[in-house]
Amino acid sequence: MSDIVTETRTRSAIPDRLGTPVSRLLGSWEVLLFGVAIAIFIANSFASPYFLNAWNLSDATFNFTEKAMIAFAMAMLIIVGEIDLSVAAIIALASTAMGAAAQMGIGTPGLVAIGLAVGLVCGAINGTLVSVLKLPSIVVTIGTMSLFRGISYITLGDKAYGKYPADFAYFGQGYVVWVFSFEFVLFIVLAVIFGIVLHATNFGRQVYVIGNNEFAARFSGIPVERVKFKLFLLTGLMSGIAAVCLTSRLGSTRPSIAQGWELEVVTMVVLGGVSILGGAGTIAGVVIAAFVMGLVTFGLGLLNVPGIVMSIFVGLLLIITIALPIVVRRIKFMSTK
Amino acid sequence: MKKLLKHRELLLVGIIAIMVAGFATRAPGFATPGNLANIFNDTSILIILALGQMTVILTKSIDLSVAANLAFTGMAVAMMDAAYPGMPLALLVILAVGIGAVLGAINGTLVWWLRIPPIVVTLGTLTIYRGMAFVLSGGAWVNSHQMTPDFLNFPRLPVLGMPLLSWMAIGIVLLMWVVLTRTQFGRATYASGGNPTAAVYAGIDTGRTKFLAFTLSGALAGLAGYLWVSRYAVAYVDVAAGFELDTVAACVIGGISIAGGIGSVAGAVLGALFLGVIKNALPVIGISPFAQMAISGIVIVAAVVFNARAERRAGRIILRDRGAKEVSA
Repeated sequence: MSDIVTETRTRSAIPDRLGTPVSRLLGSWEVLLFGVAIAIFIANSFASPYFLNAWNLSDATFNFTEKAMIAFAMAMLIIVGEIDLSVAAIIALASTAMGAAAQMGIGTPGLVAIGLAVGLVCGAINGTLVSVLKLPSIVVTIGTMSLFRGISYITLGDKAYGKYPADFAYFGQGYVVWVFSFEFVLFIVLAVIFGIVLHATNFGRQVYVIGNNEFAARFSGIPVERVKFKLFLLTGLMSGIAAVCLTSRLGSTRPSIAQGWELEVVTMVVLGGVSILGGAGTIAGVVIAAFVMGLVTFGLGLLNVPGIVMSIFVGLLLIITIALPIVVRRIKFMSTK
Repeated sequence: MKKLLKHRELLLVGIIAIMVAGFATRAPGFATPGNLANIFNDTSILIILALGQMTVILTKSIDLSVAANLAFTGMAVAMMDAAYPGMPLALLVILAVGIGAVLGAINGTLVWWLRIPPIVVTLGTLTIYRGMAFVLSGGAWVNSHQMTPDFLNFPRLPVLGMPLLSWMAIGIVLLMWVVLTRTQFGRATYASGGNPTAAVYAGIDTGRTKFLAFTLSGALAGLAGYLWVSRYAVAYVDVAAGFELDTVAACVIGGISIAGGIGSVAGAVLGALFLGVIKNALPVIGISPFAQMAISGIVIVAAVVFNARAERRAGRIILRDRGAKEVSA
């Protein structure tokens, strides 16, 4: 998957001379993306009179909070040089397990525990295949993706689970204070936790080191396999949390739940400036990317643009935001020559 | 190495034969020549797509947009056929291949020119192409009564006892075998995936090779777009949704290394047939079709485990093992 040709790695290369702190900050991906977010926000508020409304904006956050929770863990996984395409399938399986448990009359705490446990088990399966058997994660997770969602299909077929306990609805429909939903608050809290783990702990440094040079990481005594295993476990757990929120919000489970989310999560991570080749990226970038994607889809929704047309915009956004800095660098390079 | 490759393809033939024999004991009539020909015909489109996917994977890339490309091209030719019934079929087929090739070339250009990782490019174009199919059709279906009889019947024409669709798949298998083993482009494909640095030193333009591989994959997806729409006699936006993963699965089962540079045409074809046999056998032996997804998932994982054993390189084992020991201690 990764490319050996040199130019692809330039974003993580070390320049001879660093610019001033201000110019470096202004040139950073996060600031650029933040500018895009503000531009979209302004464009939206002109485009639709219904956009600038606290409750509408609060509704808009539901577009991205569940995906963003997974995106935090996925970001760390991509930084370390792996990928997990089975996240949406884990949501389906966890949701199916919760639905089956709810039919048996298990209460809300039990349902949440089951959802998270299924996520952890799925993450452990991926982690074992990748870090113990040393298989390429992209194919492994394509396989487990069919497997997890397949189990969901075997269990449910073309039927659906409903009848969740009334207090289970809080996770996806409840509000903590005023317009701030439980999901949004959870999203912020998780963003802070992930930010600290990735940027201010030994574990976070190890993630970057492995992503930049796995051999060097091994020689400096970093337990590469163990770190990768933990990250797959974490991604599974976050998918379990997302499954709880999504199931609670929808109030029902079908095997096709969260179909295609793996691609949206990866899009969010890459849009957030995380290098798909590993070794570079920040949680702040992913948070801003989540807002950008949420604002784009919500704004277009207010303009009655159908969902599938929105996906064109998301796809274009992904390619353009990655291509633009490369094109700019090319032009600069040509003009200095 | 060559011995090993031969060996694993024979192994795959053996496994498929055992599977067919096993299914035949449960459902007499499964192993009859007629039914096997049906299975092959059913798998033809997957074979065509898997060969394109394989060429891309050989260059250390991946094309996740094939199914979206198929949906867009299929929709485009179906709408053209419905709107201008007088259009000759040959022109439509050429158009399908052409549109597909252009969409593939867009992927290729982004990979070659801007050096964006293929998985990112094709993730993006996957959503864009399918979205374009929606914009083109406005979400409407093109049904069989709107298509001309020629358009619908072409893949079904019997030639020497087999439908033309099967013959086209056979023709493309032969063509791809020649392209990959007997042309400069074929050698460049293996070289730029097997060892990109060495390939560059040997004077191979790896970027251009990738571009051509994506264009080829796109052209085959375009052709498959026409074949799919005429075979199933309907075109809608969600045609072949998720099929890109089946093509990757066929390649992985067939022993094409996802790291590039390793794999054969026979492997990809057998990988596709393996999936095709399972898909056709499940309803026959009375397993719910809903189980198909889980089974192909298990098969993919098992194939990856098996491939990894065959591919483990001697040069890197020392370091890996030491690292692994430290972890387990």
